[in-house]
Amino acid sequence: MKKLAVPVFATLAAVGIAASVYLVFFVAPLQFGYNEAGKLNGSSLFFNQKIFYFHVGHAFWLFGAVFVSGAGSIAFLKTRDPKWDDIASASTDVAVAFGAVVLITGSVWAKAAWDVWWQWEPRLTMSLLLWLVLVGYVLVRRFAGPSADRIAAGMAIFGMVGVPFIYKMVGQDSHPAAGSEGVVATLGPGMRGAFWLSVASFLCWYLALVISRVQSTRAERELRELRERGLDLGVLQ
Amino acid sequence: MAMFRHVARVAWKDLRIELRSREIVYTMVFFGALLVVIYSFAFPKDARAVRGSVPGMLWVAIAFTGTIGLGRAFDRERENDTMRALLLAPVPRLAVFLGKAIATAALVLAVAAVCTPLLALFLNAPLFAHPAPLIIVVVLGAVGIAVIGSVFAATLLKVRSRDVLLPVILYPLLVPLFVAGTSCTAALVAEIPNFEAAWYWIQFLGIYDAAFLVLSIWVFESLVIE
Repeated sequence: MKKLAVPVFATLAAVGIAASVYLVFFVAPLQFGYNEAGKLNGSSLFFNQKIFYFHVGHAFWLFGAVFVSGAGSIAFLKTRDPKWDDIASASTDVAVAFGAVVLITGSVWAKAAWDVWWQWEPRLTMSLLLWLVLVGYVLVRRFAGPSADRIAAGMAIFGMVGVPFIYKMVGQDSHPAAGSEGVVATLGPGMRGAFWLSVASFLCWYLALVISRVQSTRAERELRELRERGLDLGVLQ
Repeated sequence: MAMFRHVARVAWKDLRIELRSREIVYTMVFFGALLVVIYSFAFPKDARAVRGSVPGMLWVAIAFTGTIGLGRAFDRERENDTMRALLLAPVPRLAVFLGKAIATAALVLAVAAVCTPLLALFLNAPLFAHPAPLIIVVVLGAVGIAVIGSVFAATLLKVRSRDVLLPVILYPLLVPLFVAGTSCTAALVAEIPNFEAAWYWIQFLGIYDAAFLVLSIWVFESLVIE
């Protein structure tokens, strides 16, 4: 069962992503015009709107991954069980990759929608700062030696607590809104299928990456322990 | 009550070492002064530009000197392996943490107390137009840096690359603090000072400090083990 998890999720992700690419480019309509509120709803976006499916798909699971690593870090500090640390660390690694995708695709969107590559508004700033914490976490894990797991877990927890402050600290929000009046809720009927399919496929992609990462860390640890036992017994040199 | 005595004793121990050698204060103050001199060459000096850039200069100086001071304050505990003795002492870990944080905050404040007048002097900046809120915001900032910094400087004690890793960990976490500090200072030195905004950022910093103080007290024990 456990062995099947990675191939199953990877296959689902591959099929799902391929299908959503098809839906996004050949089925979902192009977007232009304004919505009822008179807000920009993609008039200048046109074809660029297509990147939305990948941007939001990754952003969803970026925050999911951050939540998983925060929860994993708390569980690790409470129980000292390395299995939680494996999950937190794997999830953070993947979150760094997802965050990079979110920032780059978001930048493309920003250029099309606001005619700037970058704007210091809350959700962009929050994503960037969160991403910096994640990169810091990865650096700590790599370079902090034997106590890296503890320090990194502490960093994840402190980073999580900092998120509301980051959100509060930056001013106006020009980002497409979330919630009941947001972009997702007001998507045209032809776009919904492509959108939710891409979100689901990226979840599978995330799970495949995290599970394989956790398995490889565990295998590494097992190998190291076996090696040490072999050295103790004199079987290995 | 005993708790306060322990905290005071740990903090006083650190401050007494510092008062005798004056190593950190002298070097940090000199470094801060050098920063101010570099600023005065690196940035435009007309009155308008100074108003815009002096809050950032002040908080960058606090951030840089703060991290250097933190690293040094904890290096002392490493050199003679006194951190272990401190942790083995029959006082709660919490007292050790709070004592270290208080001593660090005092150091950061000492440096800020020198850098701020220097900035005002060299750049002819109106930093002391409204001294009371400025002092409050600098104190809150120093406390925040000292609290979060003490947690991570203590955990990094045994790590070889701690000098690089300390800012790598601290700066992303401290961004809200620096933003609040610079925004508050900017509101105070503006041509028409905006006290409402300044007060908002002071409250923001107060809540930030309180939240991270509670979190630090909560995780310090599970992070710093030997």
